[in-house]
Amino acid sequence: MKQTVVAVAVMSIGLGAAQAQETVVKLGSAAPLTGTIAHLGKDLENGTRLAIETINAQGVSIGGKKVKLELVGEDDQADPRTGTTVAQRLVDAGVKGVVGHLNSGTSIPASRIYDQGGIPQISPASTNPKLTLQNFKGVFRTIANDVQQGGALGNFAVKSLGAKKVAIIDDRTAYGQGLADETEKAVKAAGAQVVAREFTTDKATDFNAILTKIRAASPDVIFFGGMDAQAGPMLRQLKQLGVNAKFLTGDGGCSPEMIKLAGDAMTATTYCSMAGLPLDKMPGGAAFRDQYKKRFGGEVQLYAPYAYDATMAIVKAMEKAGSPEPSKYLPELKKSNFAGVTGNVSFDDKGDIKEGAVTIYSFKDGNWVPM
Amino acid sequence: METLIQQFINGLVIGSVYALIALGYTMVYGILGLINFAHGDVLMVGALVALQTMMFLMGMAPGMSPLVMLAIALLVAIVVCMLLGFTMERLAYRRLRNAPRLAPLITAIGVSFLLQTIAMIIWGRNYHTYPQLISTTPLQPIEGVFVTPVQITIVIASAALMIGLLLLVNRTKIGRAMRATAENHRVASLMGVDTNAVIAFTFVVGAALAAVAGVMFASNYGIAHYGMGFMPGLKAFTAAVLGGIGNLGGAMLGGVMLGLVESFGAGYIEHLTFGFLNSSYQDIFAFIILGLVLIFRPTGLLGERVSDRA
Repeated sequence: MKQTVVAVAVMSIGLGAAQAQETVVKLGSAAPLTGTIAHLGKDLENGTRLAIETINAQGVSIGGKKVKLELVGEDDQADPRTGTTVAQRLVDAGVKGVVGHLNSGTSIPASRIYDQGGIPQISPASTNPKLTLQNFKGVFRTIANDVQQGGALGNFAVKSLGAKKVAIIDDRTAYGQGLADETEKAVKAAGAQVVAREFTTDKATDFNAILTKIRAASPDVIFFGGMDAQAGPMLRQLKQLGVNAKFLTGDGGCSPEMIKLAGDAMTATTYCSMAGLPLDKMPGGAAFRDQYKKRFGGEVQLYAPYAYDATMAIVKAMEKAGSPEPSKYLPELKKSNFAGVTGNVSFDDKGDIKEGAVTIYSFKDGNWVPM
Repeated sequence: METLIQQFINGLVIGSVYALIALGYTMVYGILGLINFAHGDVLMVGALVALQTMMFLMGMAPGMSPLVMLAIALLVAIVVCMLLGFTMERLAYRRLRNAPRLAPLITAIGVSFLLQTIAMIIWGRNYHTYPQLISTTPLQPIEGVFVTPVQITIVIASAALMIGLLLLVNRTKIGRAMRATAENHRVASLMGVDTNAVIAFTFVVGAALAAVAGVMFASNYGIAHYGMGFMPGLKAFTAAVLGGIGNLGGAMLGGVMLGLVESFGAGYIEHLTFGFLNSSYQDIFAFIILGLVLIFRPTGLLGERVSDRA
């Protein structure tokens, strides 16, 4: 580690000597670059890289001094422990802000380290509400959290599907229960009735008893907060019990696995949700896709635009504050308000993006299709 | 009313599966006084071996009739599980037959972990879609009550297997040897009963029943994975205790009863407690009943009738 720091230091001295009038400001990126979701992690890092290169090409000055941004990329392996190690490494490397991590499970433990180091962190991918509820001053995200997702699901059930009576099931996990509670609130707020609230576990396979009970309440829409391993068999059992209600679930069931497990019980009235927008629906989506393709030669996977906006938010705040020092630019970061690739970027007092977008998908021709 | 009948059917179907698994626990307990905690995992192995066989057959002979395919897969699963049951007894339990009771119990838990881990290595961590070769399109015998052909098959097949087992234990020579071994295996062996063979046979029969239960369980829910045996195994063990462990009739009664209690519990717990408890407490309902039964009848509903032990 020491060697890395020395090397980076030598490098920046070298750069400083070559371009005496330029100050180097380092920004960190942390995401899984190895393992099963490495493609998503690389995509995230590329989003940050693209933003930094764009800014450097345009030229930026902070506090009257010309600044060159530099990316320090780290691999957290989607592992909470590695996540905290690389977080410490980024703090030691003297980065002025971090874009990452991808998984909520790594973002949350890492956020403590950034907080202790006084460095702002913006996650472009972690949706667990807990991330921004830890009373850390410098934690933000540019993607909708599960509270916003629950709200969108509830609204969709009532307003788009016209549900008057909704049944809600959850698997009693932090994720499932949280999402179901938020959905229930939104359903009630939108004026529909929650006719049944049932529970199962994340290990169950038989749901006949609770589904029979739900059938007696004849709901228009059934919402399940949980994972695909339960949602799949549940949908099959609904069909076997002759229930024709529409079925709605969150991102835990929004997977190809769900389609496999539910088999022929999947119908056009099966819906799921995911945080974020499909690229086509983002205000700057088309231009971003071209730019990304030109630079990296591939398609945007998922989180690159959110990482791009997160990086932009940090740099814009530095410009406004006239300083790359976290303590100086943090108040400006909180006040961020600009049109990004993914939409308008501004944060609420917890650090969550305001009006974070959630997309509902429906099942069509063997695939999840955004509505 | 439809809801009441539907809950009864739900309970009966899952209860039949519990009963079939409970028989394996109770037979082994009756003879050895051993609770074979790996029994639930034999069920998982049965389901996954049958899955593998079906996949193979679908690749080799795509035109094969689904029922024939299911029969072949079931047969392969039964044979593999019988071998597994035999091996388990021979390698893990036989040496511990005269050891303190705790030793074979801990060994059984170890065998359970071992089977799960091996299955995880072979079949991976993912959930598998299980081919539903018997139709799952619901029939409506009564307006508003739905039953699928696979559920009907489960109830009938379980009943047939249970009757077959009772006949085997009570009417055949090997059955008599089993009963004799259960009563006192030392005396039985003095009378010329090969108790080692009888005990091995008991394990093999129990494993075969578990294989059938596994295939039925997976076919009904359309899903299988390496951890699928744990919950039904635990429930079936509860059922065996409820009915009186060591007692065949008790295992059947306990299994069906547990299924019904669970189903009605989840369906009506809210009304029964005036909204105080909801379906997240559905599992405690079954255990409250178990507790009550054991307080008033410590040997279970039908008790450990020694003459009937097998």
